[in-house]
Amino acid sequence: MSRDPVANRVIYGRTLAELGAKNPNIVVLEADIAKSTNTFQFGDRFPDRFFNMGAAEQNMMCVAAGLATTGKIPFASTFVMFASLRASEQVRTSIAYPRLNVKIVATNAGVEICGDGVSHQAAEDLAVMRAIPNMLVLSPSDPVTTRIATETIAEYDGPVFMRLGRQDVPYLYEDDVQFEIGKMIRVREGDDLTIIATGHMVTQAMQAAGILAEKGINARVLDCHTIKPIDVEAIVAAARETGAIVTAEDHSIHGGLGGAVCEVVSRHHPVPVSRMGVADRFCSSGRDWRKLMAHYNLDHAEIVRQAEQLMSERKRVCR
Amino acid sequence: MNQSNDKPDVRRLQRIATKLRGNIVKMIEIAGSGHNGGAMSAIDMIVYLYFHQMRVRPDEPRWPDRDRFVMSKGHCCPALYVALAERGFFAEEVLWTLRDIESALQGHPDMKKTPGVDMTTGSLGQGVSSAVGIALGGKLDDKEYNTFVMCSDGEMQEGQVWEAAMAAAHHKLERMIVLVDNNKLQTDGPTASINNVEPIAPKWEAFGWNAHAIDGHDFAQIHEAVQRCLVPNGKPSVIVAETVKGKGISFMENQVDFHSGPTKPEQTEQALRELDERMRSLEQEEVRS
Ligand SMILES: Cc1ncc(C[n+]2csc(CCOP(=O)(O)OP(=O)(O)O)c2C)c(N)n1
Ligand SMILES: [Mg+2]
Repeated sequence: MSRDPVANRVIYGRTLAELGAKNPNIVVLEADIAKSTNTFQFGDRFPDRFFNMGAAEQNMMCVAAGLATTGKIPFASTFVMFASLRASEQVRTSIAYPRLNVKIVATNAGVEICGDGVSHQAAEDLAVMRAIPNMLVLSPSDPVTTRIATETIAEYDGPVFMRLGRQDVPYLYEDDVQFEIGKMIRVREGDDLTIIATGHMVTQAMQAAGILAEKGINARVLDCHTIKPIDVEAIVAAARETGAIVTAEDHSIHGGLGGAVCEVVSRHHPVPVSRMGVADRFCSSGRDWRKLMAHYNLDHAEIVRQAEQLMSERKRVCR
Repeated sequence: MNQSNDKPDVRRLQRIATKLRGNIVKMIEIAGSGHNGGAMSAIDMIVYLYFHQMRVRPDEPRWPDRDRFVMSKGHCCPALYVALAERGFFAEEVLWTLRDIESALQGHPDMKKTPGVDMTTGSLGQGVSSAVGIALGGKLDDKEYNTFVMCSDGEMQEGQVWEAAMAAAHHKLERMIVLVDNNKLQTDGPTASINNVEPIAPKWEAFGWNAHAIDGHDFAQIHEAVQRCLVPNGKPSVIVAETVKGKGISFMENQVDFHSGPTKPEQTEQALRELDERMRSLEQEEVRS
């Protein structure tokens, strides 16, 4: 069954509207970008439970917190940049600290948003959100897991941060894929090294694995949809069984998926880890997101390069 | 005693406030740190709310229909804690654990640790927004509870306060009432000399609020203003209360130095002596009348 690529934010909006029909406690807050975040899909059907708070993200986060104290299940959406940095202290102190049942679902993650440029390219959110206690941090890769993640967090009692991309992404899974919070999905088997990717980088990782296979390198690919709590077991198994890891994320190489993996590996089973991501720099606008990603070494070619580098270093060590 | 538009028993409220001022001084001295000045300017309004106005159930702190109180100027939480203890939410002894490790009474309000605290606060500005959410949730469910919020003059320098003000008016949260404890001092000095927030009432009015100006230490005025706020007219209401930082303790009044920090033992003694005198004169007035 092949389905056309679609943006995860579109799936989020659709799923949210479906959930709204089932659960009258769900309310949605938005900060004047409903057409982008896709919360309009909920707002059109349930105008009485949809609150567009305008361009006032800090207020929105605390209003969501207050609503949660009254038994509502608020979903608060805006761009990742504003949810994670503009309003990060509100998220920390008014939502995460009292462990209120607020779902922050932020869209337009990473450099892939291209055209809008640096002010909108969030590459720090995973680092920030991961450092906040009580937060569940999700970054699904494809439309199916985005739908399941949205449904799952509606049932979960506690604060959640979920980042979604802007661009269309291909379906990686069938509808009945096993998705469990905190458990990576093994998308491809392999013993030579492991690529752990998150968000749309899982697609790049699969492409990279294909190229590596032609070169005789068998890469395992893990879809890390839950950044926190990180799947320690899967990482340790990857380190033990494959001996080298490349991480791939549309996020800074500091503090995000790569950081989380290194924290686990360094303690439990030290092996070389190479981090592919935004290399501690501000990027730029771009007209074509794929070209922009390639320009900043944020694509499958870079994963291949880093994987080969790890393999050659390992050979040198073995010799 | 609750939700009453009956005239309040002013002397009773004054006696409670006098007793609670003493508890504030004591608990902050024991804790070794805390904010006396802004607690003293706020305590009369808090006593009015918890001992005359708000519908609350100390034995059922999360009663869904209770009136809410958000201490947005969270640093002055000792004023809230002493009122909650006096009202029976927890034992008075707990007050003496303020700021201790794992205490139920954290340095700033923690809704998960302290029975009766309706919202976690401490970062200025956030509580006003959270209260908007609480009031909005009540409106969605056709609840009749009121949401009271206390905010301070320095706090209004936070842009978030005005984001919240705009949203509350937009959503016609007529059961939301902000009490501004306008003691005109902030941490580093007079608010007017640091970053002037005046005129306060016209600002809220411009954002679509009903505004009332009162003396925040006069229970009759507090009562009258709160009752006017409770008459629904489609707008949220603000009470701009002129107050004195450190009110009730001579050496603290209008002193920036008593924004935070404990009293020395001899200062505590003097404060308690002054409050005792005040209590005796209130009791004598009571007997005479
Ligand atoms: C966001 C934030 N910034 C700074 C502080 C530190 N702080 C605590 S109290 C205060 C100002 C106090 O002045 P005011 O708001 O007038 O309160 P009050 O006079 O009632 O104590 C500041 C800046 C804080 N708690 N939150
Ligand atoms: Mg002040």
